[in-house]
Amino acid sequence: MKTNARRAGLKDFRPVVALFVLLSAALGALPSARVASAQDTVTPDTRLEAAGVYVIRNARVVTVSGPEIENGAVVISGGKIAAVGATVNAPAGAREIDARGLTVYPGMMDAGTSMGLVEVASGAPGTVDTSELGDMNPNAAALWGVNPHSAHIDVTRVAGVTSVVSLPSGGTISGQAALINLIGTSQREMAVVPQAALVIDFPRLGGGGGGGFQPAPAITPDAVTARDRRVEEMRRLLREAEAYGRAHDAYARDPKAVPRPETDLRLAALVPYARGERPVILRADRERDIRNAVLFALEMKLRPVILGGSDAWKVARLLKERDVPVILDSVLNLPLREDDPYDTLFEGAAKLQAAGVRFAISTGDSGAHVRDLPFHAGMAAAFGLPRAEALRAVTLYPAEIMGVSDRLGSVEVGKIANLVVTDGDLLEARTNVRHVFIAGRPVPLVSRHTVLYEQFKDRP
Amino acid sequence: MKRFLALAATAALGCGALVPAARAQARRGAGGDVLVRNATILTVTRGTLQNADLLVRGGKIAAVGPGLRAPEGARVLDATGKFVLPGIIDAHSHSMMDGSVNECTQSVTSMVRAEDVLNPTDVDLYRELAGGVTSLLLLHGSCNAVGGQSATVKIKWGHPASAFLFPGAPPGIKFALGENPKRTNFPGPPQGPPLRYPRTRMGVEEVIRDAFTRARDYRAEWAEYRERSRAARGLVAPRRDLTLEPLVEILEGKRYVHAHCYRADEILMLISLADEFGFKVRTFQHVLEGYKVASDIARHGAGASTFADFWGYKIEAYDAIPYNAAVMVRKGVNVSLNSDSDERARRLNVEAAKMMRYGGLSEEEALKLITWNPAWQLGVESRVGSIEVGKDADFAVWSAHPLSVYARVEQTYVDGELVFDRQADLARRPQLEQERRQLEQSEANRAPAEGGTPPRAPSAIRRAYTHDDDTHDEEDEQR
Repeated sequence: MKTNARRAGLKDFRPVVALFVLLSAALGALPSARVASAQDTVTPDTRLEAAGVYVIRNARVVTVSGPEIENGAVVISGGKIAAVGATVNAPAGAREIDARGLTVYPGMMDAGTSMGLVEVASGAPGTVDTSELGDMNPNAAALWGVNPHSAHIDVTRVAGVTSVVSLPSGGTISGQAALINLIGTSQREMAVVPQAALVIDFPRLGGGGGGGFQPAPAITPDAVTARDRRVEEMRRLLREAEAYGRAHDAYARDPKAVPRPETDLRLAALVPYARGERPVILRADRERDIRNAVLFALEMKLRPVILGGSDAWKVARLLKERDVPVILDSVLNLPLREDDPYDTLFEGAAKLQAAGVRFAISTGDSGAHVRDLPFHAGMAAAFGLPRAEALRAVTLYPAEIMGVSDRLGSVEVGKIANLVVTDGDLLEARTNVRHVFIAGRPVPLVSRHTVLYEQFKDRP
Repeated sequence: MKRFLALAATAALGCGALVPAARAQARRGAGGDVLVRNATILTVTRGTLQNADLLVRGGKIAAVGPGLRAPEGARVLDATGKFVLPGIIDAHSHSMMDGSVNECTQSVTSMVRAEDVLNPTDVDLYRELAGGVTSLLLLHGSCNAVGGQSATVKIKWGHPASAFLFPGAPPGIKFALGENPKRTNFPGPPQGPPLRYPRTRMGVEEVIRDAFTRARDYRAEWAEYRERSRAARGLVAPRRDLTLEPLVEILEGKRYVHAHCYRADEILMLISLADEFGFKVRTFQHVLEGYKVASDIARHGAGASTFADFWGYKIEAYDAIPYNAAVMVRKGVNVSLNSDSDERARRLNVEAAKMMRYGGLSEEEALKLITWNPAWQLGVESRVGSIEVGKDADFAVWSAHPLSVYARVEQTYVDGELVFDRQADLARRPQLEQERRQLEQSEANRAPAEGGTPPRAPSAIRRAYTHDDDTHDEEDEQR
């Protein structure tokens, strides 16, 4: 039945596709980015913009980008924030939410997750889609691995985290990250930026991801050579991608004179990143690795973002000079070295802030514990980061770093209506989330966890 | 009444054991008199005292109240605007058990002892003190259905390992049910070790039943021998069995069982088996589906030591909910929040605060999850777990209410001894930095080109959200 329907649907579209092909051939000149990346045709589904009209009244509004409004209102319409202020004109028919005693915040964003790519990390490999085989996978797009029906999504958003960057991992070039809203029944509905960043696990010596107390192996000349070879391979690929982009552009401009270049999906995926048009997230934690990653990115004229950043404060001058932002997913990690001060990572954010380095705070978790995001920021605040900065580090700053601060990260007119209404400080663990809006839609405060709670709490 | 007697017995035991500890302290000149002035004192059992003083004498809480006078030579701390909380007790830790968390080769390893492998210089202990933690239940991993003998310790930082052992704490043992003892998520041959019985939850039950059956026979054999020895001379004593002796202690109510478990069915299985053999489970550990069978746990009289909201990392943790602790509390179970992680142990205060959000526990109920309740679970509630006159002076001074994410520990005391002091820590850093620079320039650290040995690769990052029962298991397998 379903198959038949799909077949019928395809048949309906066949003339449209044919027309598109003809038009493309006739017009010749497609925008260069489109030529460059075969996957780049993914556009977000705008179905959610049909969301209703709401007005949240009598609330304290923490806009994050501007001053707080002690007693204000926010109007939501068409999925966007339509008005913010002490007094607003609510459109007729708007559903009213009385938020007396409550506070409106922008929804939080975690830019360092693998949300939707992992359901159960251990013992259920069928639910793990983070790492593709092979070392260079720029054309692996996280968006196509995100499960919109993951239990992690509901659990996360009811805690006030409304959008995330979902990152692939593994290899050297892990793939492309997706920036998604935590609402929707398809990936395209969820997507804010379908291909938001290229993810590079920057080659390093030892010190991989997981736990471990094994004595580390000695650094051998072979290990150094192997690392350098991987960096060199990336360099080669990125240069090829530039050339590939130029060849395709030339062909697009003059298809009669220029021979048609072959299509290479791997290089095509790399083109916008090689051209510095989109951010490249480089995972690096140790001083030397961060420095190497930044220098590599600058040499290749990429738009680098450091992910991890345990030692970032030691490289603060370089990061500041070259305006390289950091997604700190290390606040609650244990210190890298036994002799590091106990609070080294707690105060990493404060040190970056003091040095003028742009940063965001992330849980670095694959999904289940992304709801802890405010407490990572809270710990940074306990160790020197001003509280207002801690709040920005999980709202506006990740949006800026990901290049979407025109759409996300604060309570401002025109932005996507991702809002959280709480009965207290957003970063405090004891605070209750009372309302959540994502893309202008009210989110029921229900998750796998509340369902199981209701099911069993009264069992005698 | 029975409970009261047990309490009294524990208290008596505790006091007996205290004498040498107090003497040792007097020798070191540490753990002297302390007066903490003008703090908000969260006593946990007797409410919150505003603008109150706390007086410590000889490592014990001597007085709590307004306007106390400092004895001569006492350390005085002005704690205006600060908060005092009893030392946090982590009822599931593997700190200081260097590389010896699992004896993985058999399914019954009740002969091995955590106290034999304690490393008192493990830096994670210091980091835990900096999170206001003062006592730990050190458990073996979860490789075996019947694991090794646990150790209850105070973090006596700066003292030898023997001083860490909590005087008079009842002995314990680790059990494990579910995926880990049946080795679900660990490689078998050829990469991993040979397969080992059990491979199912059926086998886990059978292994424990078999062990207790042997223990019961062993106990009878000794009883018969003692009985017959009264009448006859020259009888040959039964051969001592170090595996079965701890199990006999369990049957006799002298050793606490701390059972790692996840699913509701395996919790019920152990309750049923314990009832049949006539022993009590002191705590269910992790017990992530405890909320499904909370009344059964309450009826058995076991405590539950769980995570606040850690979930989903394996199949048996997929039904875990953050309301678990609150549901069990409401059903009358003694519930604690543990870390099972050197990382999470540093922020158990925030884990407790989460339980106000999930299930609506009161502030006092939330605080009890990390203080008085785990103290009971370890059988040391007459000594620690609340701020009361006569109890051990184990507490921390916090910069703000400890249920706030913005709170930071300023000082931590164990037996009245200042074992963590943020200001002292900060003051020491330049000197340590200089020492480090000197060491880096020393002969031993010559560059390889100049004949030095090649440097070691940096070790792996110890990330948040790890789970030591599992990670230790993996590493022990690799070894």
